[in-house]
Amino acid sequence: MATMISGRTLAQGAGCESKMSPDFFKAVSVCHLSENDFKSLGLSEGRNVLIKNDYGQVVLTAKMDGGLPDSMVFIPMGPWANAIVGMETGGCGTPHFKGLEVDVAATDSPVLNIRELISGMGACCHV
Amino acid sequence: MSEAIMIRDAVCSFCGCLCDDINVEVEDGKVSRVRHACRLGSSKIMGHGRMQNPMIRKDGVLVAASFPEAYDRAAEILLAASKPLLYGWASTSCEAAKKGILLAEEVGGVLDSTATVCHGPSVIGIEEKGLPGATLGQVKNRADTIVFWGCNPAEAHPRHSLRYSSNSCGKFTPQGREGRKIIVVDVRETRTSKNADKFMRIVPGSDYEVISALRMLIAGKGEILPDEVGGVQKADLADIAATLKSARFGAIFFGLGITHSRGRYKNIDNALSLVAELNSHTKFVIMPMRGHYNVGGIGQVLAWSSGYPMSVDFTRGAPYFNPGETAACDLLAKRDVDAALIIAADAVSNFPHATAEGLASIPVIQIDPYENPTTILSDVVIPCAIAGVEVEGTAYRMDGLALRLRKLVDSSLPSDEEILAGILESVHKLRQRKANEGA
Repeated sequence: MATMISGRTLAQGAGCESKMSPDFFKAVSVCHLSENDFKSLGLSEGRNVLIKNDYGQVVLTAKMDGGLPDSMVFIPMGPWANAIVGMETGGCGTPHFKGLEVDVAATDSPVLNIRELISGMGACCHV
Repeated sequence: MSEAIMIRDAVCSFCGCLCDDINVEVEDGKVSRVRHACRLGSSKIMGHGRMQNPMIRKDGVLVAASFPEAYDRAAEILLAASKPLLYGWASTSCEAAKKGILLAEEVGGVLDSTATVCHGPSVIGIEEKGLPGATLGQVKNRADTIVFWGCNPAEAHPRHSLRYSSNSCGKFTPQGREGRKIIVVDVRETRTSKNADKFMRIVPGSDYEVISALRMLIAGKGEILPDEVGGVQKADLADIAATLKSARFGAIFFGLGITHSRGRYKNIDNALSLVAELNSHTKFVIMPMRGHYNVGGIGQVLAWSSGYPMSVDFTRGAPYFNPGETAACDLLAKRDVDAALIIAADAVSNFPHATAEGLASIPVIQIDPYENPTTILSDVVIPCAIAGVEVEGTAYRMDGLALRLRKLVDSSLPSDEEILAGILESVHKLRQRKANEGA
């Protein structure tokens, strides 16, 4: 069990007006983990993690981040992070984007590209 | 090849800093070089792949259409809906926002901005308490103590520190970074925390408690505090409180770390109380780090035209505002809207998936310069010229200062304002036709 936070990064910001590009995919479909968590999950560069909670699940490329405390994962703001955010807004209009409880596990499943990710949004999606 | 033209002191239309010292070289009608801008602004001004033609979905496929056809189809969708949502507005001009509000009133819709997924809680907190604010110029020239709480300007507002805050040199702050005390409060180390004199790492979701602890210490009631609050030792909190009280001019900048976490608008409400109480001891100001360059502007235009800064429901004949009910995410979560116009924003990427799914089952009109995930769910797509690069207009900086965006290059595409005017004209035309048929 870990706490998920999301936020801006330079690469995410630079790519946020070319969201269908490979650069944006690379910048945003990642999950940062502390060094201890990265090692304890048996991860190595390029391996993927499955992040899961009551709201959904998403596969991301794992990345070691020395600035993170243990049991906290950071995902750049964007459609991949939002796969595990719930609809509740606490009466103020803003969803609870940060501080979500998630399960983290190493996986061999691939990271979905943007069209694959969106295609999960109901039968009416026009992909 | 024609000679390059240098445009000096252009305004960058990426983030809420609205840096107004950008030099742009234009060659053969295209931007060839950008100077002084950060990576984010430079990337935007240099440009990316653009959508060139309007598109309308026919038999499940987006096919090319003319602008008048797209305006007519958009008008049909908006008029057929009983409660359309008009969402976005953060990355376009105030002039376009004004036209959009008129359209929302005409078709009886709900108009909401991207503030509701970023600083919406700040807007609500400020409505509760008021904002002890300042211009960024005052912070640059006077602040000797600066707190960054739940924000990471080194990555989200890269020139903020050098132009306006921690590392800037001002009239009464000639030593720049050396003459200032910088405190960063966050749940993790960031590039911004590496530039701090004091980094206070708190437990996620404990902002409210930590702010309350600081208020108690500043009020002289520290003796009843527990030894640790939000993962911070009492001695460290006392040290921070003393630093804040001893400032000559202090400024708190806060970001989504505090608005997106447990407590949301109550965190802001509490932070505003902290600043009000600090003003009993010294001069202190507070400011949200607004993200999109004109998210402040849509709030201003909505406030002076409807009385409310976001999430305004025009379906009742008079403006109505109740975030939690009239905000875009709540409306989509409850499947309470039956059409959407998304402009200058990418709702599908920025909303929780289950919320964005609400767009998959209703007709969607998109107005945007670029293809993005919202395009995939759209039924009418209208490409536009980029405000601040190809179109001039007004935008509000994060401190509420209005600046004039300049046009740097020509575009064959219409502006957001022109597109909205086109849709409005189609709405009038369609309504008249229906009235004639009825008569």
